[in-house]
Amino acid sequence: MTKSVESTAPAPEKMTGERIDRDLLRPLTETSRRYWAAFAVCALVLGWALFAWGWQLHHGIGVSGKRRPEFWSLYITNFVFWIGISHAGTLISAILRVVGAEWRRPVTRCAEAITVFALLVGSMFPIIHMGRAWLFYWLIPYPNERIMWPNYRSPLMWDFFAILAYLTGSLIYLYLPLIPDLALVRDKARGFRRRLYSFLSLGWRGSETQWHRLEKIVSVMAIVIIPVAVSVHTIVSWDFAMTINPMWSSTIFGPYFVVGAIFSGIAALILAMVVLRGVLGLQAYLQEKQFNNLALLLLLMSLLWFYFTFAEYLTVWYANEPAEMAVWASKVTGPYAPGFWAMVFCCFIIPFPILAIKKLRRRTSLLALASALICVGMWLERFLIVVPTLGHPRLTFNWRGYSTSWVEVSITAGTFAYFTLLYLVFVKLFPIVAVWEVKEGLRHEGKLEASAQAPLMNR
Amino acid sequence: MPQWGMVIDLDRCTGCEACVVACRTENNVPVVGEEQTRMGRQINWIRVERYWEGEFPNVRARFMPVLCQHCDAAPCEPVCPVYATSHSPEGLSVMTYNRCVGTRYCGNNCPYTVRFFNFFEPKWDAPLGEALNPEVSVRPNGVMEKCTFCVQRIQAAKVGAAGEERDLRDGEVQPACVQSCPAEAMYFGDASDPESRVSRLSSSGRAFHLLGELGTRPRVVYLKSGDER
Repeated sequence: MTKSVESTAPAPEKMTGERIDRDLLRPLTETSRRYWAAFAVCALVLGWALFAWGWQLHHGIGVSGKRRPEFWSLYITNFVFWIGISHAGTLISAILRVVGAEWRRPVTRCAEAITVFALLVGSMFPIIHMGRAWLFYWLIPYPNERIMWPNYRSPLMWDFFAILAYLTGSLIYLYLPLIPDLALVRDKARGFRRRLYSFLSLGWRGSETQWHRLEKIVSVMAIVIIPVAVSVHTIVSWDFAMTINPMWSSTIFGPYFVVGAIFSGIAALILAMVVLRGVLGLQAYLQEKQFNNLALLLLLMSLLWFYFTFAEYLTVWYANEPAEMAVWASKVTGPYAPGFWAMVFCCFIIPFPILAIKKLRRRTSLLALASALICVGMWLERFLIVVPTLGHPRLTFNWRGYSTSWVEVSITAGTFAYFTLLYLVFVKLFPIVAVWEVKEGLRHEGKLEASAQAPLMNR
Repeated sequence: MPQWGMVIDLDRCTGCEACVVACRTENNVPVVGEEQTRMGRQINWIRVERYWEGEFPNVRARFMPVLCQHCDAAPCEPVCPVYATSHSPEGLSVMTYNRCVGTRYCGNNCPYTVRFFNFFEPKWDAPLGEALNPEVSVRPNGVMEKCTFCVQRIQAAKVGAAGEERDLRDGEVQPACVQSCPAEAMYFGDASDPESRVSRLSSSGRAFHLLGELGTRPRVVYLKSGDER
């Protein structure tokens, strides 16, 4: 892990199609003991979290740490955090596709999968946090004989539509570029697997017409998904910004949240790539270029995040409004100060030099450390937005501190296990690096052996 | 149609909390117990906030009963995703308990912190559970609740007046808190009738709205003189 990215495995001058197929499809057929160990740990943690949720459903929200006035806490923190992580993928991959960045090719699928799974995890929380979770479908506008409709004025409703649209779009955007790879697996598989991938690959034959259509629809989806992704986290931020609460009602929350989301998303993507490369031996595909470029993007987002945070806290401090200052002081100097300064260190002070100095950012271990710290810091940021404001309402008689409970902590841990589990299953079923995209890229560069032009990829 | 309003005279309030007790009894407010109360999960549709003014030894306690302000521009109402809280034509901010799914968003957006959540199944220490008010529904686990201005008493008074084929008289409707205030610091009535007691008191120079700068247009008017007495 401490070796520089460059020296781990230089890509050979020419790659053969057979070698690419072998490298990238190997995880589908070979399962290591480490894989099962990770699988078992994640399944155990997830099982415990499900038990905790059952406990909460049976007894009531009271078994979580919530109280008056902190009606929201870790569940909403997790909700915002995971929806933020989901911006890794589709958005980054879409932007890189639209601007035609060639280095994106081995990264896109891994990023798009993060999006879909983070969205699946994040979108559970509005349901988990409800007092009567079994009535969640009342938030869905479905025709019913009582003519009861949801309240379209509520930001929670906007959330519902935004996340549904983003999840649908991301699934399609993940699936479309997967089709040629599914067909490739189909042609190599036998028995049940062959039937499965035949079904999933939707009759892909690799004809000129099919390639043309695929490229067209992928480029359309790449453009469509960008405004959807931006709007999703803007709307999530409006859950807070639309209220009249001190330090929630802020006009910059939309862009602040989107920047934070992309920031944490890239960090999660880099972490996933480091792990995948190490475990699956993808050194020839996930190279220094990919890591370096993503690290530079992360550096940019780190600066933007710091700018927004600075602007937010400076303006509140200067305006010196009592209700706002109570929240401000609780974060900067008060009981939440350890969390606040940990956030500043994790999101900026430690990662900034690592990402800015070329020698440091080229060390995989340091890059992974910076990414992990950013994930922690961004979780803290979400927590510090949700809880201190609620703990300091305008009538000071009602101020209250917060402490969590085993149920909340278990469910929070469970989401990380659930996310990892989904990812583990995905890596086992689908090539995590897009085979056809990598081949296409190498062909463009003239680095693909002529013999590799299998009929399926005949272009 | 009457537009209900309340006046609370802080210069008369002694902080005795008779209103708090009366409200609990009238409205079947559950008893959450000592431990949960310490965590902040007690339910008090009306509470008496106590603030200290001045420095020792010149200290005085200020008492302020706070209940749902039934704001005309209530911040809690638009944020509910299922319309479980809405505004009645008579100016009450009303809860539809059956519709509430427990997102608690309303509680977060109430600047007065007067919305309460049932963190567990409601319960009462014996024999309080035998003495529930049949006019008021008991709220289940996972549902928000708050002051209703004793809507059941308003309805009963309207039915009674309609039976006698007359209009409601000023002061005829008394929420439990108003009825039980020994210092007569609370008044309730039709704020749209310029002759009603609440209207006349509201035009006093001592009148103000709690957090009036937020523009929530509360239906509760507080009275307090500027000088220290």
